[in-house]
Amino acid sequence: MDMKSLYLLIALSPLVGSVIAGLFGWAIGRRAAHVVTILGVAVSAVLSIGVLKGFLDGSTQVFNAPVYTWLTVGGFEFSVGFLVDSLTAMMLVVVTSVSLMVHIYTIGYMHEDPGYQRFFSYISLFTFSMLMLVMSNNFIQLFFGWEAVGLVSYLLIGFWFKRPTAIFANLKAFLVNRVGDFGFLLGIGLVLAYFGGSLNYSDVFAAAPALASKTIQIIPGVEWSLLTVTCILLFIGAMGKSAQFPLHVWLPDSMEGPTPISALIHAATMVTAGIFMVSRMSPLFEMSDTALNVVMVAGSITALFMGFLGVVQNDIKRVVAYSTLSQLGYMTVALGASAYSVAMFHVMTHAFFKALLFLGAGSVIMGMHHDQDMRNMGGLRKYMPITWITSLLGSLALIGTPFFSGFYSKDSIILAVEHSNLAASGFAYFAVIAGVFVTAFYSFRMYFLVFHGKERWMENHGSHHAHEGDHDDEEPSDDHHHGLGPNDKPHESPWVVTLPLALLAIPSVLIGFFAIHPLVGGEFFNGVIFTNLEAHPGLEAAMHHAHDAMAMGLHAFVTLPFWLAAAGVALAWFFYMKAPHIPAAIKQKFSGVHTLLENKYYMDELYFAVFAKGSRALGTFFWKVGDMLLIDGLLVNGSARLVGSVSRAVRKLQTGFIYSYAAVMIIGVLVLMTYWFKPLILR
Amino acid sequence: MNWADLNLMPALPEMFLLGALSVILILDLFISDAKRGITYALSLLTLLVCAVTQVSTFEPFATVTLSGMFVDDPLSDIVKVAMYGVTALVLVYTRQYVKDRGLFKGEYFTLTLFALLGMNLMVSASNFVSLYMGLELLSLSLYSLIALQRESGRAIEAAMKYFVLGALASGLLLYGVSMVYGATGSLELAKVAQAIASGSANQTLLVFGLVFIVAGLAFKLGAVPFHMWVPDVYQGSSTAMTLMIGAAPKLAAFVFVIRILVQGLGEMVADWQGMLVILAVLSMAIGNLTAIAQTNLKRMLAYSTISHMGFLLLGLIAGNAEGYSAALFYVIVYVLTSLAGFGILLGLSRAGFECETLDDLKGLNGRNSWYALLMLLALFSMAGIPPLAGFYAKFAVIQAIVNVNLLWLAIVAVLMSLIGAFYYLRAVKVMYFDDVQDHSPITMSGDMKLVLSLNAVALLVLGAMPERLIAMCVEAMKQSLVVL
Repeated sequence: MDMKSLYLLIALSPLVGSVIAGLFGWAIGRRAAHVVTILGVAVSAVLSIGVLKGFLDGSTQVFNAPVYTWLTVGGFEFSVGFLVDSLTAMMLVVVTSVSLMVHIYTIGYMHEDPGYQRFFSYISLFTFSMLMLVMSNNFIQLFFGWEAVGLVSYLLIGFWFKRPTAIFANLKAFLVNRVGDFGFLLGIGLVLAYFGGSLNYSDVFAAAPALASKTIQIIPGVEWSLLTVTCILLFIGAMGKSAQFPLHVWLPDSMEGPTPISALIHAATMVTAGIFMVSRMSPLFEMSDTALNVVMVAGSITALFMGFLGVVQNDIKRVVAYSTLSQLGYMTVALGASAYSVAMFHVMTHAFFKALLFLGAGSVIMGMHHDQDMRNMGGLRKYMPITWITSLLGSLALIGTPFFSGFYSKDSIILAVEHSNLAASGFAYFAVIAGVFVTAFYSFRMYFLVFHGKERWMENHGSHHAHEGDHDDEEPSDDHHHGLGPNDKPHESPWVVTLPLALLAIPSVLIGFFAIHPLVGGEFFNGVIFTNLEAHPGLEAAMHHAHDAMAMGLHAFVTLPFWLAAAGVALAWFFYMKAPHIPAAIKQKFSGVHTLLENKYYMDELYFAVFAKGSRALGTFFWKVGDMLLIDGLLVNGSARLVGSVSRAVRKLQTGFIYSYAAVMIIGVLVLMTYWFKPLILR
Repeated sequence: MNWADLNLMPALPEMFLLGALSVILILDLFISDAKRGITYALSLLTLLVCAVTQVSTFEPFATVTLSGMFVDDPLSDIVKVAMYGVTALVLVYTRQYVKDRGLFKGEYFTLTLFALLGMNLMVSASNFVSLYMGLELLSLSLYSLIALQRESGRAIEAAMKYFVLGALASGLLLYGVSMVYGATGSLELAKVAQAIASGSANQTLLVFGLVFIVAGLAFKLGAVPFHMWVPDVYQGSSTAMTLMIGAAPKLAAFVFVIRILVQGLGEMVADWQGMLVILAVLSMAIGNLTAIAQTNLKRMLAYSTISHMGFLLLGLIAGNAEGYSAALFYVIVYVLTSLAGFGILLGLSRAGFECETLDDLKGLNGRNSWYALLMLLALFSMAGIPPLAGFYAKFAVIQAIVNVNLLWLAIVAVLMSLIGAFYYLRAVKVMYFDDVQDHSPITMSGDMKLVLSLNAVALLVLGAMPERLIAMCVEAMKQSLVVL
């Protein structure tokens, strides 16, 4: 099989599964629906691993060719094309393998749901869209993939479309992403306008060096560097998709969707599309320090401040969601430090351990009969042993325990930031270092609350209906959400749930150790990701350490991040296992800070008051004045009324009397005559 | 006069028509009312023979005969054949209707054939005298046809109005012709054209005469502001006579205008173009706007006719072969369409009941979906909705004026046809979406049903494949008009 057919097969087999499950799901039934979609994704996953293996041993060459020309407009060619290199290959494996795990997991998680086939169709469709996104060799296809994953995300957040909160959340995700996409589209527009008139990556990158000092005027009189403007606009797109401050507000709400998609879309794959895109565009970003500073600041704010929010959440999924936000911030910081390969490395490790954490949380939720409040949990360790051990491994990976996968990627990021020479690197370094402590604290707060301590559902049940602060998280009136009775015992989830947990735990623990050398220190991304090491030396430090994974792990025990993480874990243990009255007292004492965090820095309220209300006011204005008054009133009804009144007036002329008819005729002759005769007489 | 030079061949169909007409006139005196069908059959036979003669004597060039009084050219041939067909359709459509109203008499047929003879003369005349003769023969026959229903006050009123105003218009036309005669010294179109081209004619006198001639022609077409008779006559006459007035005479009037303005006064194109622009814009505007306020279908269709005549004038305004042939195509399509529309109204009427208001169409789809479909085709074609023939007709004339850079006129035309679409669609809405009020069964004779169906379907076929007819129109115009 030639490479083109192989790549087509990788991309299209999930689509086939999706179409079958989506259009004929009613006919083929539940079992066939999950069989066909899992088969499609499994084919993709196996082939993707083969492709990655080819790139690792050097037997596969970069593939860059058009597959299908969509349309040609005035010299611009819009085509579907594949660019498969080492970066794509890595993403292919991450996407398809996590997707495969999620597919299997879904069999158990969505077991009782009436929308079973629809769900499978959506997640396969998502897989297809994500594959098209990462395999694209041009901006148009990238944008289409970008929008397609956004669409499926929208559909899946609102999967339980009878819940008002889900509808609110998916609308919010949709609108916030529109803001990002607007910037993205403008960026693509600039690329099309200035970078050689082509949208193919290779052409654009070839044209970029000549434009290094080109400036454009957006506001008349002010010259801006073209590359900086383009990169910042493209990054605005990434901010929307990868939930970077200040466009992060949609991600926590997206937890309204079923847990498998939180794992697949809102943790492992789609939200990393922005990181992937910036890495893909590394030749452009490398030419603008201003843009890199912007990227780094956005990432730092997200990494630290979203982590704080994780500390006060009580909903298990929201804790994981905020940790995702924070980790995405880490990746963005790495991008800002020009350590694109490190960012992609973290994308990969994060995909595995975060998918694991989400699926573990989902398993806990199932065990708790769809109660998501951690204050009702506790001591689940002995009832759900597999969930417990895999979640522990996931948490250890997340906080960066030496030798775990998260350690290698996170430490590389910290190293790169430490040695970055950008203006923003000081603040960024503080943010990522402080973030380590915060991450460890909230991760183990969650871990202890869920798996250790008293079995609180026995005593506490019933009160969670009135938990304070969670105003946008009201208990939905859905029969999924009944919680556990005082005398019930949670039990371990079925094998379709625990198997993916076990399978994901393996890479969560190991992949960092084996992958750091080729990905960060080695040649794997050579010629794909471009870093100007002379101008941006941050990566060099990370590369230096990456050569020996064992030494790096051992060395970690004498570095600051390790001890911060350990302190975070210890503090969580002390607060939630030993002295639960202390957090309560702190909450009392610093109620102002707590309220600020509970309300997520009032960002939602701000956006709601300014943008939502503002645009609604604007909409109302256009509706009342533009539509109702001008278009409907004056133009449509007005012209209809005008026609009607002219019609009635003319009708009156038709008197029925023969002499008036004759008079009109004579007048007509006179009019014609005066007009044509006047010049003749005057002459 | 040298008898050896007398060539009667070009006028063969007319002479046969006159002969047959005289025979029918005499024969009918000996036929009882019960056997009036014989007259009907003979009339149809006459039309058939005329059409066959016309086609078999076809020559692709113009032959002038009878001392420059009469011309036989492809333009007259194509229009005459169309008129025979149209007249035959009218006779088929109206048979039951006139029977029900006691009008199924010899006079009905002989007057119709006389009108046809007049129209033939109008179409083939090459001299102002013969033109005027034809016009008067047609007009007098039509006045009498309307007045045939002599117990009906409305019909008599319509006939009187038509007659008085028609006489006024004829007066205007004759006055204008006399001015042209004074300026050029001839009544023969070719010689008039020659005189104007040579510059020997008095320009002032000519323009003065032209104004009156255009006024007279506008009356015949029913263009605003010489249109006042149209709604009253359309509504007042019995539907059969309305159809008679609205169908073939439009064809004849069109060629009549071509003969006078293009063949006779072609050199003055700049002058009459401006006049026609005023008439066209007014006709399209007043016709469409007023039709909206009508609840009487016949009156509505009368105003619709006025607006269609405005569109027809657009083709003449273009002042070139493309425009004239587009106008010819337009008038043929228009006549076919109005035949179908009025045909349905005739079919829906019965003894003691006239189908003539919008309410009478209510729920037609529920009563008989086939007739509703046929009516829908006719209305859509009038509105100019693709793929019906009416669309191509409008398209062709608008394209012709766009090609001579009269873009604003094209925009006005499109806007007006947009407004016009309203009342056609309203009729469609009434047929399809309103409740049935009249549950009486619709009885239509088999031959009428068949012809009517063919008529309406022809609109669809002509709309899908208009190329042949358009090509014929273009050829006819090019072969007939020396000036082109």
